[in-house]
Amino acid sequence: MKELSELDLPENIFYSDDHEWVQKTGDTVRIGISDYAQDQMGDIVFVEMPEVGETFEKGDEFGTLESVKAVSEMFIPLGGEVVAVNEALDDAPELVNSAPYSNWLVEIRPSNDSEFDDLLNREQYLQLLQE
Amino acid sequence: MRYLPHTDKEIEQMLSVTGHAHLEDLFSHIPDKCRYQGELNIGSPISEWALTDYFKSLGEKNSVSSAKAVLLGAGSYSHFIPEIVSDLMSRSEFLTAYTPYQPEISQGTLQGIFEYQTLTARLLGMEVANASMYDGASALAEALLMAIRIGRKKNTVAISSSIHPHYREVVKSYLQAESFTVIELKTDKKGRTDLSGLADIDGLAAVALQSPNFFGVIEELQDAATQIHDSKALFVCCFSEPFSYGMLKSPGESGADIVCGEGQSFGMPQSFGGPGLGMFASSKKYQRNLPGRLIGETQDVDGRRGYVLTLSTREQHIRREKATSNICSNQGLCALTAAAYMATLGGTGIREMAKLNFNKAEYLKNGLLAAGANLLFDSPTFNEFTLSFDSDFSKTRSRLLEKGIIAGMELSQFYPEYKDAYLFCVTETASKDTLDTVIQEVLL
Repeated sequence: MKELSELDLPENIFYSDDHEWVQKTGDTVRIGISDYAQDQMGDIVFVEMPEVGETFEKGDEFGTLESVKAVSEMFIPLGGEVVAVNEALDDAPELVNSAPYSNWLVEIRPSNDSEFDDLLNREQYLQLLQE
Repeated sequence: MRYLPHTDKEIEQMLSVTGHAHLEDLFSHIPDKCRYQGELNIGSPISEWALTDYFKSLGEKNSVSSAKAVLLGAGSYSHFIPEIVSDLMSRSEFLTAYTPYQPEISQGTLQGIFEYQTLTARLLGMEVANASMYDGASALAEALLMAIRIGRKKNTVAISSSIHPHYREVVKSYLQAESFTVIELKTDKKGRTDLSGLADIDGLAAVALQSPNFFGVIEELQDAATQIHDSKALFVCCFSEPFSYGMLKSPGESGADIVCGEGQSFGMPQSFGGPGLGMFASSKKYQRNLPGRLIGETQDVDGRRGYVLTLSTREQHIRREKATSNICSNQGLCALTAAAYMATLGGTGIREMAKLNFNKAEYLKNGLLAAGANLLFDSPTFNEFTLSFDSDFSKTRSRLLEKGIIAGMELSQFYPEYKDAYLFCVTETASKDTLDTVIQEVLL
């Protein structure tokens, strides 16, 4: 396990209480899991993702991550419609471990911009991890 | 074997520890109206040999194959079990109902179940088969739950009314507890499932058909697959007689997404209805949603072939309440039996046996039609078929019973709309003499 000081936590993105990251790309956002989350899970062997076109409310389960030791449900930090899923992870789920921020899971079109207010910045997320 | 009850002295000692004056006080919290007040109607003690005789005489009241010729079918089939199968399965190394999870001490059993999965997948034309379920009925219920998991927000399934009535009851028991909706599809005049209304059903996760169905009729699986997939639902194909796929196009080849059913035909005696074997297979795409255990082939550190449980993260010991099923231990011995049976017959043997079943059934069907019976459904069948009679067949049935033949199951007990109709089944074990006797009695 990494120490807090060893975690890679970029400045320019949002984080959620469930250890996901959210990055704006025009009018859509990409969602992935944080370095902390991938480190806690261990070697990821399977990513189960939603279908493009599915819509979710904030907090809905949108997929699962399976590591060698556990299966974790992923809860969506923003409501919206799925516009893309990262298909590269079907054959290479381990990319989430090696580069958690370039390997996003899903891209959604948020349905309610005010939900961004509930997300955390780097400082707030780091504080959450310290607690 | 002796049965040693507690002595009065022992009971007194125990009561003094628990602080009760009388044995009855231990039951005082049970309301009076819930307790039986009279004397139990049990005879006075008898010797063990007298008791054995008593139960033996009760057992002899049963009419079982092969003491009687049973031509009933309806989910339980009288097939010959080669001695090699019984002999192998009586080996103590195999005698467990569990799928072992310790590969270091269980290679033989794990390999046996791996072979079972391989043979099952091939027979059903599917990519993945699991290590077995309880029986055909619970396998169907689990298949529908699996389809609902895959369908995510969909919570309705449609099942054909020509699926075995017991299977449908089990499906409802499983699904109603989770408030899923189960819709029954009507049977058409050909004895096949009427799929015309699928487009009107909202949130349809899956449609289940049985083929051959409860009337013995072979469903048109390929057409069904197209219609079901057009309605964005998964196609669950179930069966009660796996031998049929020795002759018929497999459900997998016909486009089914999940295939499940009863494996009793493969080496298990009818035994008053159990134990059975739930066979379960799906396409690879859905393997992570499979219920139950899966055995995989792997290599040990020295590169030697070995077998282990795989994809266990679906299961309850890892995934808790999010597991794909609560089933963990299952029909390990029955699955091994089916593997030994299928391997004994081989692909050619299963095909030949299927043809023999079909030919004998057609012989009786045609004989009875010539004797004046009518087809309830004019459709191809495998080793079961339904006939209706203008005359009173129940009298014929009683006469046959006196001759040691149990022929024809009254359909109206499950389908009140089909009066005077009977389900017949002919397997390889029925002799020509038996079949001719049935035909003769109908002619009388």
